[in-house]
Amino acid sequence: MTHRERTLRVGALARVEGQGAMYVRARDGRVEEVRLDIYEPPRFFEAFLRGRAHTEPPDITARICGICPVAYQMSACRAIEAACGVTVSEPLEALRRLLYCGEWIESHTLHIYLLHAPDFLGYPGAVEMARDHRQVLERGLALKKAGNTIMELIGGRPIHPINVRVGGFYRAPTRAELTALTEPLRRALDHALATVEWVAGFAMPEDRLEHEFLALTADVYPIEGGVPRTTGGRTFEVADFEDHIIEEQVPHSTALHARLAGGGRYLTGPLARYALNRDRLSPLARDAARTAGLGQVCRNPFQSIVVRAVEVVYAVEEALRLIEAYRPPPGPFVAVPPRAGIGHGATEAPRGVLFHRYELDPAGVIGSARIVPPTSQNQAAIEDDMRAVVQARLELDDDALTAVCERAIRNYDPCISCATHFLDLTVERS
Amino acid sequence: MIVIGVGNELRRDDGAGPAVVDELRSRPLEGATLAVSDGEPSRLLDLWAGADLAVVVDAVPSTDEPGRVRELDAVSGAVSDTSSHALGLGVATRLGEALGRMPATMRIYLIEGTDFGFGPGLSPPVVRAVSEVADRITALSRETRR
Repeated sequence: MTHRERTLRVGALARVEGQGAMYVRARDGRVEEVRLDIYEPPRFFEAFLRGRAHTEPPDITARICGICPVAYQMSACRAIEAACGVTVSEPLEALRRLLYCGEWIESHTLHIYLLHAPDFLGYPGAVEMARDHRQVLERGLALKKAGNTIMELIGGRPIHPINVRVGGFYRAPTRAELTALTEPLRRALDHALATVEWVAGFAMPEDRLEHEFLALTADVYPIEGGVPRTTGGRTFEVADFEDHIIEEQVPHSTALHARLAGGGRYLTGPLARYALNRDRLSPLARDAARTAGLGQVCRNPFQSIVVRAVEVVYAVEEALRLIEAYRPPPGPFVAVPPRAGIGHGATEAPRGVLFHRYELDPAGVIGSARIVPPTSQNQAAIEDDMRAVVQARLELDDDALTAVCERAIRNYDPCISCATHFLDLTVERS
Repeated sequence: MIVIGVGNELRRDDGAGPAVVDELRSRPLEGATLAVSDGEPSRLLDLWAGADLAVVVDAVPSTDEPGRVRELDAVSGAVSDTSSHALGLGVATRLGEALGRMPATMRIYLIEGTDFGFGPGLSPPVVRAVSEVADRITALSRETRR
């Protein structure tokens, strides 16, 4: 360690999903402070939602994130329907799961190919990687497009879907429309399997997380719903989420940090889903995971790229299964008449558990709303991991250390803007 | 010809691109496709690949003259990643070039904005610029049909 005190400051980034900044301070060879500041726009959305009709959250919250709007729509629908005491019929649930598969494919593939892979192959970004690995990038874009196509057909357009409503959809696709996706998805399945093989060959830095994992669990691999469970053995109903997940203000950030009640920090997202649901993957996805060297649980955050690739295999295969089984529902939606009450909803966004709660008056007017996105839940765990990453590599110069920190952040795919190459570094020495 | 408005209508002046597309919808351009995008590169590549002419409208932070319109082509112009969405137009063009997925011709209009805060609505200089750019694209469309 050349410098007695060393401070890394990271510039801010503005986008819909949030602003990110990083700050690391080390003294006498010991990391004293690590902060990941993510401004949290959902707080504004919670305010926007007050006074709005119970039918509006799917459209309003879809605008929180351009990468995972379906996650926001699905959690919102679940919560509103729970408040109104309505259960959506099986064909509509299946259609929701199919739409959500499209978002998983699109979001994960974007992260794997355009944001994360360049780290492992030594490129500053996807553009530079594309010059040397054109065919690989083409494969990634084709795979991502398969997800886009599902989003466009069922959601009505590729970004910020407009076909989702409380109770179901404005229009249900015909069987012929969905069947037309079969061939592109079969090709996408080959691409997805090749993706697992590709990323499994990357050199993985050593790292191990000790956080508790939190994910939904269900009879199938969880996407559009399930019961929250942790690797520590805690299980609770979605309606009790706020009793078990405590959000706290921390001095350095406008975002809230989450922890388990009576416990500590935890992690949600692909590593957690995989750890708690591996046996619910399809045989093909499980086999791909095994061949890629993943065990029952993966605790190396750098290997999250492999887990995401496995989840893409599952999502493509699941989409094919849902299309094969699809029979148009009797109607595109079920009625959701308003009533006074509180409803809770949680689904598995690509980045982890996304929780919504709404309080309605008898006319369905929203009195309060709460949104707990996965990025804010993971913030404390990311900081803790950053601390370990920096501590183990303090001998690196500032540029190299900053690059490692960027990589560590990208492991968690906090959001597209936060996960991309955004860091402007200022070094203060004393 | 495809016209792509890049931006986010809920981030004030960042909605300039989609606003231009909205304005063009009221004065149909023969043979033109209108689209909006959040700027995510692979979606942009899908939109413009194979087009004879792609016109892209995006917003950038203003340094000294809000509402100023800069017109450039992607290949020779210096498109920086200053927009408030995704990886930005700069990455998309460079990625498109690396993958051979660019339109035959590209025209980019950058509208300088001042307010990129939360919510809908454009600042007055950007409102004027939106009309100006819509006029320029309409004229460009006529030229290309001759």
